[in-house]
Amino acid sequence: MTRRILASLILVLALLAGAALAKEAAPLAPDEATEQRLIAISSELRCLVCQNESLAGSNAELAYDLRREIREMIKDGKSDAEIRDFLVRRYGDFVLYRPPLKGVTLALWFGPALLLLGGLAGLILYLRRRDKVVKDVPLSVGEQREADRLLKIQGPQQ
Amino acid sequence: MNRFLWPLIGFVVLVVLLAIGLRLDPHDVPSPLVGKQAPMFSLEKVGAPAQNFSPQEMRGKVWLLNVWSTWCVSCRQEHPVLVEMAKNKALTLVGLNYKEVRGDGAFDMDKIAPDAERELALKRAQAWLKTHGDPYTLSALDLDGRVGIDYGVYGVPETYVIDKAGLIRFKQTGPITPDVFSGKILPLVAELSK
Repeated sequence: MTRRILASLILVLALLAGAALAKEAAPLAPDEATEQRLIAISSELRCLVCQNESLAGSNAELAYDLRREIREMIKDGKSDAEIRDFLVRRYGDFVLYRPPLKGVTLALWFGPALLLLGGLAGLILYLRRRDKVVKDVPLSVGEQREADRLLKIQGPQQ
Repeated sequence: MNRFLWPLIGFVVLVVLLAIGLRLDPHDVPSPLVGKQAPMFSLEKVGAPAQNFSPQEMRGKVWLLNVWSTWCVSCRQEHPVLVEMAKNKALTLVGLNYKEVRGDGAFDMDKIAPDAERELALKRAQAWLKTHGDPYTLSALDLDGRVGIDYGVYGVPETYVIDKAGLIRFKQTGPITPDVFSGKILPLVAELSK
């Protein structure tokens, strides 16, 4: 019994020692509010190195540097728009996940809607034209009789 | 006839669009800085530490700013082209050494003091230029990459052609190939120098 207590005591001590030796995780940031704003701004921005990642989530070196710049601008009291402008001036509209509405982006913004409208118009035209081509013609007496005869032959076989 | 014509036209249009799309390089992002004033900076020279270089000194000259680093693999590939370019006396090539130490994944920056970083960077850059040839009139040392950010650098090597008034006229992202050099840069520099 005493031996078991001793053993568990040693185990606990060993675990504690391990915890003390492990490097303590660095806090996310000294300033929580800054970090929240940084994440809000940078998740709307594209990382230029790994283009499918946002600036908030990218592990690329440049993303680290740019997050550092954004952090400093937040501390300097810059507005979100000013920070976005800082990046757009250097890297172009490409960094924005929501590109601004202007001449070159018209097709991007309205293209899909136009394609959809075009498709719908085409479909309506096609259906109308088909309505005209395919006329509902009533069967003549002879044809009706022939149809009945064929149905009667096929009926019991099924 | 008409039944097959429209799907065929649709198919051809699709193939053409895909062919164009596949040829586009998503990493070739047009720089908004083209046509704008080259950002100002003042940085230490690699060849003559303690002396600073500023783009202001290049006013009235057409010059090229080439962003490089010894850890950058594409820069090594580009270097012989630059050395060849430098033989043309009409060209002024200025280097911007970008994040020489902290850009290299081999270093743990927590263990390198700021002074040590500067010294290590100078040593590495100078040694590289000595062994592989120095195509630059001078190189400026951008230790922390801040000037790189001002120039919208996102992948070294990058090269800017800057005119007499200090405006950026062309940007090459990625290594300069002999084709780009003779096809774009050389004619542009000749025209701007007139």
